[in-house]
Amino acid sequence: MIPGTFRNSEGTDNLLSGSIRLGVDIGGTFTDIVLERDGEQFLAKVLTTYAAPEDAIVDGMHLACGKAGIRPGEIGQIIHGTTLATNALIERRGAKTALITTEGFRDVIEMRTESRFEQYDLNLNLPEPLAPRQMRFTVRERVSARGDVLVALDRGEIEATIDRVAEAGIESVAVGFIHSYVNDAHEVMVREVLAERMPDAMVSLSSEVSPQMREYERFNTVLANAYIKPLMNSYLSRLEDRLSAEGVRCEIFLMHSGGGIISLENAAEFPVRLVESGPAGGAVYAAHVAARQGIGKVLSFDMGGTTAKICLIKDQTPRTSRVFEVARTYRFKKGSGMPISIPVIDMVEIGAGGGSLARVDAMRQIRVGPESAGSEPGPACYGRGGERPGVTDADLVLGRIDPDNFAGGSIKLRPGLSEAALATHVGNALDMALDEAALCVSEVVDESMANAARVHAVENGEDLSEYTMIAFGGAAPLHAGRVAGKLGIERLIVPPAASVGSAIGFLRAPFSFEANRSIYMRLSDFDATRGKELFAELEKDATGFVRTCDAVSEIISEFKVYMRYSGQGWEIPIQLSHVQAREPDAATYLKRFEEDYTRLFGRPVAGLDVEITVWSVRASTPVEAVEPVSLMPAGEKARESGRRGIVDPASGRLQDAVTVARSTMSPGEHVVGPGAVTEGETTIIVPVGSKAICQPDGCIDIQVKG
Amino acid sequence: MEPSNVSFQVMWNRLISVVEEQAQALVRTAFSTSVREAGDLSAGVYDAQGRMLAQAVTGTPGHVNAMADAVAHFIRRIGRQDIFEGDIYITNDPWEGTGHLHDITMVTPSFHDGVLVGFLACTAHIVDIGGRGFGADAHSVYEEGLYIPIMKFAERGEVDETLLRIVRGNVREPDQLIGDMYALATCNEVGHRRLSDMMDEFRLENLEGIAGFILENSRRATVERIAALPRKEASGSMTVDGFDIPITLAVRLSIKSDRILVDFEGTSGTDRKGINCPFVYARAYACYALKCAIAPEIPNNHASLEPFEVVAPEGTIVNAVHPAPVALRHIIGHFVPDAVYSALDQILPGVVPAEGAGCLCNFQLSLRPSPGAPATGAARRGEVLTFNSGGSGARPEHDGLNATAFPSGVMTMPVEATEHTGPVIIWRKELRPDSGGAGRQRGGLGQYMEIGATEGHEFDFQAMFDRIHHPARGRNGGQPGAPTTISRDDGTPMRGKGKQFVPNGRKVMLAFPGGGGYGEPSDRDPALVKRDLARGYISAETAAHDYGLSVEDIRAVEEAARKGEAF
Repeated sequence: MIPGTFRNSEGTDNLLSGSIRLGVDIGGTFTDIVLERDGEQFLAKVLTTYAAPEDAIVDGMHLACGKAGIRPGEIGQIIHGTTLATNALIERRGAKTALITTEGFRDVIEMRTESRFEQYDLNLNLPEPLAPRQMRFTVRERVSARGDVLVALDRGEIEATIDRVAEAGIESVAVGFIHSYVNDAHEVMVREVLAERMPDAMVSLSSEVSPQMREYERFNTVLANAYIKPLMNSYLSRLEDRLSAEGVRCEIFLMHSGGGIISLENAAEFPVRLVESGPAGGAVYAAHVAARQGIGKVLSFDMGGTTAKICLIKDQTPRTSRVFEVARTYRFKKGSGMPISIPVIDMVEIGAGGGSLARVDAMRQIRVGPESAGSEPGPACYGRGGERPGVTDADLVLGRIDPDNFAGGSIKLRPGLSEAALATHVGNALDMALDEAALCVSEVVDESMANAARVHAVENGEDLSEYTMIAFGGAAPLHAGRVAGKLGIERLIVPPAASVGSAIGFLRAPFSFEANRSIYMRLSDFDATRGKELFAELEKDATGFVRTCDAVSEIISEFKVYMRYSGQGWEIPIQLSHVQAREPDAATYLKRFEEDYTRLFGRPVAGLDVEITVWSVRASTPVEAVEPVSLMPAGEKARESGRRGIVDPASGRLQDAVTVARSTMSPGEHVVGPGAVTEGETTIIVPVGSKAICQPDGCIDIQVKG
Repeated sequence: MEPSNVSFQVMWNRLISVVEEQAQALVRTAFSTSVREAGDLSAGVYDAQGRMLAQAVTGTPGHVNAMADAVAHFIRRIGRQDIFEGDIYITNDPWEGTGHLHDITMVTPSFHDGVLVGFLACTAHIVDIGGRGFGADAHSVYEEGLYIPIMKFAERGEVDETLLRIVRGNVREPDQLIGDMYALATCNEVGHRRLSDMMDEFRLENLEGIAGFILENSRRATVERIAALPRKEASGSMTVDGFDIPITLAVRLSIKSDRILVDFEGTSGTDRKGINCPFVYARAYACYALKCAIAPEIPNNHASLEPFEVVAPEGTIVNAVHPAPVALRHIIGHFVPDAVYSALDQILPGVVPAEGAGCLCNFQLSLRPSPGAPATGAARRGEVLTFNSGGSGARPEHDGLNATAFPSGVMTMPVEATEHTGPVIIWRKELRPDSGGAGRQRGGLGQYMEIGATEGHEFDFQAMFDRIHHPARGRNGGQPGAPTTISRDDGTPMRGKGKQFVPNGRKVMLAFPGGGGYGEPSDRDPALVKRDLARGYISAETAAHDYGLSVEDIRAVEEAARKGEAF
């Protein structure tokens, strides 16, 4: 760790100016690179190299360095996010992993919630657990909900068990005991014996990876961590070596699912924290744009080729959650994947992207996605053998995309193929004209994204009409205007370089770590001393992690408790001030809870005891200060680059629309819809009557007419 | 102006999202574990005539038809002239609601620009409604708890305080029940707001146009599916334990050109204990079973349910009339699909599964400090309800699901969460090897549970189990699943149903049933037999006896599993 590398020459607290930083995002199709120097960005997009992902990074880095005219040795810091962890879980490419657990609970990860996530499918199958039953070993031990040892763990029994684990050729071991989040002594004992008898095996303890109540989630999380640990360790050390061989001299940090940055060592120890780090970077990017523009409530909308991700961002902070689901096996259906309980940026992901395919079902309803054409064969218009219509085909027919200028002109689109596919698979079946069929496909996908956003907002007690949408990802600007209209959102922002939003987000993320503990405490039985100790321990853990990344910066702690009425199942997070956290007191906590509960659900429930379920401290370095943008009103009309017919989804009519090249727009210039603002990677559709203004920070700011 | 086809397509999706939002709001604010952890709830949207247009897919197929019918009862009982803006209606009538007093249904009329345009409704299973508590022991519905006839919970926004006082005075957990009532009201309010927004957006004055579009398309799609079936009739039956007299469910199916008739003629009469089933609940599970097999992806609404005509003679256990005790109506209700499939399999071979565990393996504990035990600071009382599942029946092409509910869709509660709710220790909750019926496809495994109290506590154990004497039958040569067993750890026998005392220091040992197998065991792929042996789903004895695996093969599998080879 060389702290000086990201301090400027004057040694002031302005941490990041003057240094050259590289953001690297490995996605499913592309690896995106952003090199930033003095606020100037140099972009590179190269195909992801699955066999050795570090190859694409090295290629992309050289491309970006070339554009910037620097050597890799001049890079001061690299921040990396990747889908590799997620993909390893989805594709089941992890290590041979064992789970050691409490006797009587061998099958927790297999029995799941004992329910079917799709109720009407008689042939439903549930996902297989990451460790098959013969790889799950039990030992006699038991801790109570209060942390008392009911059955002590015998060392001899651990040794015998570990000898069986060793005989099975296990590379990585997960340990998960009942109630270990309150008392981890038995898990720690297993690690000690493992260190003696299987020194080469990697070990993950549930009390460290995810110290939270609910055994299924915790065991699954520790198992997922153990499962990808050897793979991610090997990748990260190869990456370090390759970059070093290419002359890189700086530290490499990793983006984590919670939207912060951790050291390479921490990432190697807790690789499960890298899951969904790319989309988390996108949310951080949106939060940064929100900060720059001074917007309090933002819905980030990230639509790519296969999926769309939606996240709520309040006060420039993405909403976080303590559990989420990866590797959904059944049309992205809730419950069909595996739960991972770690701090994450809370978002919904649905199978709706440019490549999502349309069909007509038995009720003559049009369905779009989650099946996707991907890049091979792609939607029909790619002319690579895809015969079924995708969302991109509908967009093309509706006039939203210029066939000669798609993805920077790299793929020539063929409208005739789109028309044929839409007619064959949608229009003929429903006796619809071509335009109407295309419009239906587009409307169905927009509606399903809007529905996902609405349900997500309700789950979080939010009213979307007060929100601003920030849209990025290749397909988002084509659909964002309409989706915003459906949600009653009046303002839409498309930031510059939207197609590499996640990688830019990495460069905006603070060093951060959130430490959580599940300790139940009723306010009627409140133990202020214990509360104080808990917060102190958590703060020590969290700041300790951050300190390993950054030896000098100020570290800010944020304190939260999750509270609910005793008897409820869902907690709400209550943000506490430093004073409230350092001097806990039941009356204040109750008041804070009732305030927030009333805001979310209308009224408090009188006469019920309130309890704390989770204690949480998030430590982070300060977020880089943003330069506020002074918004410009609409001035001159932007210069037209041409006109084309675009179908307006609200009326269903073909409109004569203006087109403007984004690169020619100056701050204050505006376009009134119907219109299209075109750029290399994507096109922003300006709905009828809406006004799009170019702002000084390069954002296109659209006042959406509902 | 009549909205376009495009608008109708969008609105249908929107209504389905309205009810999903409704359900979500209920889970977020509910108190009963049955609602918030297990998902035992439902929500729906209706037109002004009371026809259900969309329903949230939640944990409970049993609510499907019951919810579809309920709103019509509310309209009739309240009277159209007395329906005002700001009203909220309530009932827990087992016959006009969803089958037992523990389900509260609330209905809210939706007014748009001062005109009644539709209704929102929701139902949730609450943990206590007074009376004897949740169990099988009552002899009439009067003993099962407080009865709330269809009435106004609120009129023009004003909550009926008299009703709340009566409720508070009659239940064990008054705060939580009142909290749940408000959660139900909130749920409808969320739905109403979203419905109103949609009507504004599409400039609708009423729901007639969209209702017609939804109902016509759903009816047509359902009828098309039925028309494609062979016009046949078939009968089937299944016998289960009952309380102390075995119960036979008899079903006759007739496939017509545009509808399916289900007749329960020949089914056992009403039982003297609380396992009887109001017709609406049995009908729901009959429809659910048929929809899964015939038209799984058609959403539930008035029209898609209509072509399934279900009849049962009054006084049978599937059409129990007032004042029969009905608290555990789920036991019989959950067996209805297996009974329907015993007939449907003869008409549509190769589609339906073998019999499974059927009813959920639920129990409730009332824990308290033992009089004789030394007093400790940790002594406390507690009411603990858990939902658990046995194995599902093997399918024609797939094994049954291990410890997974069918036909119910509710979730189990985490052991760690349960142990926080009272002085209970769950010592074991894991799969039960050798319990899945042998077959070409194996039945799903049941599970073991061992339940005790923390030191110094005793408890009453409310058992709600079946399939002790009537295990799940296999199909087409498949073997039956293992039966339920229940006893104390000192060997004292226990009954499958009813309240039983367990003293300090003793545990309840439970083994939940497996699903039946499908097809001849000798036809099972040997690779799957070996996999099952390696995983310990079956023992070496079963591998040899039921599947004919040789001694050498068994030894080889065990050796390979020890070495960590993949199966």
